[in-house]
Amino acid sequence: MSVAIIDYGSGNLHSAQKAFERAAREAGLATAVEVSGDPAVVARAERIVLPGVGAFADCRRGLDAVPGMVETLVEQVRRRGKPFLGICVGMQLMASRGLEYVTTEGLDWMPGDVVRIRPSDPSLKIPHMGWNALDARRPHALLDGIATGPDGLHAYFVHSYHLTASAPSDVVATTDHGGAITAMVARDNMAGVQFHPEKSQTLGLALIGNFLRWRP
Amino acid sequence: MLKTRIIPCLDVKDGRVVKGVQFVDLVDAGDPVEAAKAYDAAGADELTFLDITASHEDRGILLDMVRRTAEACFMPLTVGGGVRKVDDIRALLLAGADKVSINPAAVNDRRFVKEAAEKFGDQCIVVAIDAKRVSREGEPPRWEIFTHGGRRETGIDALAFAEEVVSLGAGELLVTSMDRDGTKAGYDIALTRAIADRVHTPVVASGGVGTLDHMVAGVRDGHASAVLAASIFHFGTYTVGQAKQALRDAGLPVRMT
Repeated sequence: MSVAIIDYGSGNLHSAQKAFERAAREAGLATAVEVSGDPAVVARAERIVLPGVGAFADCRRGLDAVPGMVETLVEQVRRRGKPFLGICVGMQLMASRGLEYVTTEGLDWMPGDVVRIRPSDPSLKIPHMGWNALDARRPHALLDGIATGPDGLHAYFVHSYHLTASAPSDVVATTDHGGAITAMVARDNMAGVQFHPEKSQTLGLALIGNFLRWRP
Repeated sequence: MLKTRIIPCLDVKDGRVVKGVQFVDLVDAGDPVEAAKAYDAAGADELTFLDITASHEDRGILLDMVRRTAEACFMPLTVGGGVRKVDDIRALLLAGADKVSINPAAVNDRRFVKEAAEKFGDQCIVVAIDAKRVSREGEPPRWEIFTHGGRRETGIDALAFAEEVVSLGAGELLVTSMDRDGTKAGYDIALTRAIADRVHTPVVASGGVGTLDHMVAGVRDGHASAVLAASIFHFGTYTVGQAKQALRDAGLPVRMT
């Protein structure tokens, strides 16, 4: 099996690659993980991962700056239905719009806006930075075997904005930071996580393993 | 609910851990990657490398170390020391650091914080605040920023500085009491709290931790979001697990799994 992690100049992807390789090993899956900014490589891969760190508008600009990448993504993910995972800002880019500093169009795969987190308790800090538990809103293959809820495993978050999905059914899991924050969305062959599975130790490797096995 | 983070801090020099990590039997106690793996296994919530290499020419050694650590440990990593330019930050992030801690570059040129946050996002920009109490006994407490390991005074008010760098885009503040650093007498709680209550970003308490109670106080009384400690972990005085248990016993949220 082959996985492409899209490189569009948004941060380090080496640790993400290593995490995918390790999860594949642990799941006993022969998997080639390639970090690439080449749409042809992305088109050939059986599974596609869109990472992203930094500001929404910057990431969108970076993605648009790679000739043919957005078109390739639309073709492979939307038309051909390849399993897709967005991570952090890569997940946010699935939304209709990002409202960080300026309004920026997203890929509009997961209707909704990316808005600033406003905790009900003003003493809670922003960025939402650190380990938090997941509250599963509905079952999903990517959460198989992962303990959720207050006594469950933890995921590592670091962000100030989150995706508010227009369709509640798109939300798979939330986390609490002075109110519910979208932690994971999914629809058809597409999934997105706000946290960093590549930094989330046990939970992260389990989720990546599930993604590699996922048959949407 | 967000959990209180426990962050071991490793001083590194020329790609080696200074003094070594002795809480487990490592083949090479000075190998940063081995040390990072041990802390990963011990349940640390993040890891911080502070590079104290004097020369700026050997940056490649640090970057290689960060790269090897990020490949082996799937946990968040902060790297500080010698960060002077946007290119220094870019190189560290590309090597696999999740956050970069800046000081004294932030003191000398505050626009650097803004430039860095705009380029890389505020989530990865940590500003290190090294502060000393300058008020006399009986006066209302006041702290100023010191650089160069606490030797050079700047005359800059620590609280005003904290507020300013947060407004410029710092995503986290690493607050170290230069009065307490190395004393094992506990964090300067008044300093930690004054800054944590002043800004909306997370504050990491640092400098002076000697007991588990000090960590509890840093969070409960100092309002820190995370506690940083070095020697008490490296020398095995306490384990990360014991620290978490102590916080939990005090009713503070921690990640046990």
